[in-house]
Order: sequence, then structure tokens, then C-alpha cells
Amino acid sequence: MDADLTLDIRNLQTHFTADPGVSKAVDGVSFAVRRNETLAVVGESGSGKSVTSLSAMRLIPTPPGIIAGGEILFRGRDGQVRDLARLSERAMRSVRGNEIGMIFQEPMTSLNPVYTVGDQIGEALRYHQGLDRRAARAEALAMLKKVGIPAAERRLDEYPHQMSGGMRQRVMIAMALACRPTLLIADEPTTALDVTIQAQILDLMRRLQEETGTSILFITHNLGVVAEVAHRVVVMYSGRIVEEGDVRSLLKSPRHPYTRGLLACMPHLGQRRGDGGRLYAIPGSVPSPVNRPAGCTFAPRCALAEPACLAAEPVLEPVGPDHSARCRRWRDVQ
Amino acid sequence: MSTDVMTEQPLLSVRNLEKRFPVRGGLLQRPVGWVKAVDDLSFDLNRGEVLGLVGESGSGKTTAGRSILRLIEPTGGSIRFNGQEITGLGTAEMRAQRRRMQIVFQDPYASLDPRQRVRDVIGEALTIHDIGTRADRRDRVAALLEKVGLSADAMDRFPHEFSGGQRQRIGIARALAVEPDFIVADEPVSALDVSVQAQVVNLLGDLQRELGLAVLFIAHDLAVVRYISDRVAVMYLGRLMEIAPSDSLYERPRHPYTMALLSAAPDPDPDAPKSRMLLDGDVPSPMNPPSGCVFRTRCPFALPACAEPEARALREVAPGHSVACIRDDVGVG
Repeated sequence: MDADLTLDIRNLQTHFTADPGVSKAVDGVSFAVRRNETLAVVGESGSGKSVTSLSAMRLIPTPPGIIAGGEILFRGRDGQVRDLARLSERAMRSVRGNEIGMIFQEPMTSLNPVYTVGDQIGEALRYHQGLDRRAARAEALAMLKKVGIPAAERRLDEYPHQMSGGMRQRVMIAMALACRPTLLIADEPTTALDVTIQAQILDLMRRLQEETGTSILFITHNLGVVAEVAHRVVVMYSGRIVEEGDVRSLLKSPRHPYTRGLLACMPHLGQRRGDGGRLYAIPGSVPSPVNRPAGCTFAPRCALAEPACLAAEPVLEPVGPDHSARCRRWRDVQ
Repeated sequence: MSTDVMTEQPLLSVRNLEKRFPVRGGLLQRPVGWVKAVDDLSFDLNRGEVLGLVGESGSGKTTAGRSILRLIEPTGGSIRFNGQEITGLGTAEMRAQRRRMQIVFQDPYASLDPRQRVRDVIGEALTIHDIGTRADRRDRVAALLEKVGLSADAMDRFPHEFSGGQRQRIGIARALAVEPDFIVADEPVSALDVSVQAQVVNLLGDLQRELGLAVLFIAHDLAVVRYISDRVAVMYLGRLMEIAPSDSLYERPRHPYTMALLSAAPDPDPDAPKSRMLLDGDVPSPMNPPSGCVFRTRCPFALPACAEPEARALREVAPGHSVACIRDDVGVG
């Protein structure tokens, strides 16, 4: 594993037993997150993006789920590389919430309603870093100030339900970063928030990353959010990576018809129906992960598909510097 | 009354609409205060027009939509539909009006009865309003399903057999079954994936035009709202902040809150200007809204005069463009 990588996922396979058959929610996914970098994983429901992030945290419910193959190489604070896919649950507990911080979509369900936010932030510090009660409280207070919570001294002794959604997400970020993790996994952290609050949280995450240098794995369905936070992007479709690259190159000149379609589907702030235009829509829907079509999984919905696309799955091939796409016809994607 | 006069009057006229909810507390659950979810809302909607209604959570947009249909009872104000005041109507008279006004809900998973076949989901309203014979209704359901892009044999299946996008199509077919003049579409695409969202927005747009429907399109996605709406209204903490023709509102927003909303919407274009107008803090408690302009506590342009009651008034600043802000000197570009 290269020295500048924090996370290196290789050929990850995460499967769920379904009735009948096996649902290959993540089917051979490889990507890496560099130091000081935000990598966004984008996809729609059923793409496997959340299962990928849950796999990296080893939070796949087993059964019915299982990490059936691949490696999840992670570099901790001490510089040692471990394969999280093979780590014992006991060893994993000292990684989760300590060396890997986590933020989820709905902060209310991730915070414990019967403990004050100060206790919850302090708990990780006491458990992982052996701080005493007083030191943990002082550090929790410092974290609340760092994430921009006004009147932090008072808020420290409040319960999650006394806070707004935006405040709770700030508390989650404070908790996730309290132990100074090398990797932060953020799964749709702003999806449940209003746009003006989302803008605040994205701004905060950008600022904290600059300060701490933490690598961020950012899971989202929103390409607008990707443009705001990511350095590099992985686009997932139906359990596979279909395109990956530098954020600018990928959003400016997407080379996979699916990425192109996703961008075209979003109306621009300036787009009007009165001008006679219809929104671009991708026909059909995502195939079932139990029974994927042979060949390219996007081919049945793709305007550029040709017989060869249905026969064999294309490889992820380079289409530019730090940019690759899994499409036989990427040269024709405008 | 001549037909000319009929077509000139708005299909829907909402005046000073108010919906208060009691806040209960203490051992006896007595009302300890009131939340004005919708406060002094007035607007007109013409036949065949799409009015977008945007705002964040707690802005009152959903409550406004439901109060207008009297799915929840407004606590004040007037709603004239087709020239008739509907706020005082009894159940039977209201039922007759409901045939002309329908709703499409946000969550296609929660708004369709899982035990009803699609045929009954769509046909129920026809039965209630006693439209057609049994065979007629079956034909009509088949035609509606095809109209929303599903095949007629979908009628014998149950909602769980469909994807989110398909369910929303069923929800639209259900609303259209009784041939309404007016539809409240309450976040109809928010729960859908982007690629499916576009399919449903296109469908709604096509049907709206073809059937000449008036639509109150409630959403928080500003780009979708602009795309589909002729005019747009912006709500904050129960009050109307700005209302204008879409182009005017998006190109020359006059209310600082509208400006903040527009600048906060993330744009997938990496070259889009990132001049952010970041608002401080959160929406204040609706139980205890600020005096005067309810936005003033977060407004970077607030003046002492914004706390006065007069600061709440809407004033027209351009044809059809009204704003509830006393400042004339911010952000006109």
C-alpha cells in the first residue's frame, strides 16, 4: 500500500443472502483514499455505496450479510497497515470511533437520547484514550467550540433532543473527530438537513479537514454536494464502480453514459420548462442485485449500448489523467 | 355571469390564511402556547398555472397546502375556489369541491394503502364520487395507468410490487382520476432517486399542460421548482417572504432569505461561482417567532426597523413581484 494512502479497498465483495439467491450488493469494488483527501462515492439507491462504507467500518449485519472477499487496508495513527476485512471484532472496536470516525445521515438515531452530548463526546475519549472524566469533559467542550456550537458550555449538558438537526450533526462531527481519527467516513451527512444548514455543515467539514488533514470518505447521492467537498470521485452503479476520477475532470467531462445521465437529470437553476425543454431522464430503473444482466449492467438503460456491451462487461480503463471509466464507448460520450 | 368574467377570476384565491396549532404541556396537557404554522398567507392561482412554494422545514409550506384543501382545518382567513368560499362548507358540499382539488403526496411508500390493489387505489375516488359504471371505471383506470406511463395490467397488482418512481406515477393517476382543476403536489419527487425524479417531473409537466391543471408545487429543491413553475413563492417560519414570476425571483431575488436559499443550493458545476451567503444559526422556534420580520435574527442586512410590525408587509417592487423586506438596497443584480 502506497505511503500516502489512508484507506485502500481492493476487490471488495459484500453479499447478502436473499430469497432466492445471493444479493451481491458490492461486487468487486476497488478504490483508495489518500491522506488529506476527500473521496466522494456517488450513486443512487441500490448502487452499493452505503454497503461499501458499512463494510469499511465492519458494520455489515452478519447474517444476512458477509464480506465475501477482498481487502480493506487501513493505515492507523501509528502508520501500521491492517486489513479490516480480517480484523477480529475486538480489535475492530479499538479502530471504530477512534482511528476511524463516523457520521451518519440522521444524527438523532446515532446519538443516545438519554446521555448529554458532553457525556457522549467524552465517552469515546475515555474509552479509547484513557482520559479521566474531567479531561474528557474539557476536551469535549473544546470540540463543541471547534465545530461552531454557540454557548458550548451550556450545550455540553444538554440532551440531543434539545438541539436542532444542524446542531446535532455538528455534535456528531465533534464526536467523530474527538479522537483525531486518520479517516472520517461520512454517509450522507447532510441529506436530512435543509439547504442553508447543509451549506454550513459542508463549510465546517471543509474547514476541519484543512485543519486536521483527516482523510474523508464521503458517501452521497448528490452531485452538487460532490462538487462542494470532493477532491476525487467514485461513481457506483449496481454494485460496481463505473467511473472514477479527479472531481473537476469527472464533473466537467464525464465519460460514462450513466454519470453523464445523472448530471443531465439535474435541472440547472436556469433551466425552464417554458423554453420547451424536457428534463433528461434515464429510462428504466436499476437492475436487481440478485439477478444482474450479463455484460455492462447499465447497458439495458443506455442509449449508446451495442451488442458487445451486452456480451461482456467492459473493464475500467483510463480515459484521461486520474480519470477512468468502465465503458466501451467512452469516446462517444459527449 | 359572462364566461369572460369567469376566466378572468383566479381559480384559487387565498387571503390571510392562518393555521395555528396548540402546544400542550404540563400534567394535564393544557395548551401552553400556540404555533402559527401558517401566518397571514395570501396569493392567487390562475387556471392552468403552476405556483412553486419553497421553504425549509418548519416554513409552513406543507401545512399551507393541506389547509388550502381543508385536509387540515385552517384557523383563519379565506379560501375562494372557483369563486366559492370553501372555508365554511359542510362535509357534503366540501366533498363536491374535492372532486376539483386533489393532492399528490411526497412519500409514495406511505401514501398508498398496501392492502389495496392498484385498481382500487385509483378507482376508489371514482366510486366515492359515483362516476361511471363498474366497467367504465375499469376502462378509466386502465386509461389513467397508460397516461402515467404504466401498463394497464398494473391494476391487478399491489403497491409493494412497484418501485418508488412507479408508485409516484400511481399516486398521480389516483389524483387525476376525478379530473380535478387543481392539484397540490407536496414534495412529489423528493423521495425519489435523481434519474427517476426527472421522469416524474416530466410526466407532471406534460399532464399539467395537457389537462390545463393549476398546480401548487411544494418543494425544497429550487432547481426543480424553477423548472416547473410559472411563479414561485418563498416561505419562512410560516410567512410569505417573496412571491414573483420564476425568472424574476431567480434572476433578481429581492429578499435576503431568497438570496441565501439560492446561494446555498449546491451546483454540480465545479466552475460555478462559490460566493456563498452563509446564514448564521438556525430557524428560531415557531412558538416564539421574532417580532417584525421573522427572518431578521439571521439576516445579514437587518436594521433596527426590521423589528417593527410594519416590516412584515409585502410590497410590490416590480410587476407581480412582491417582497416582505423593508430594504431596497441589497443584492439587486
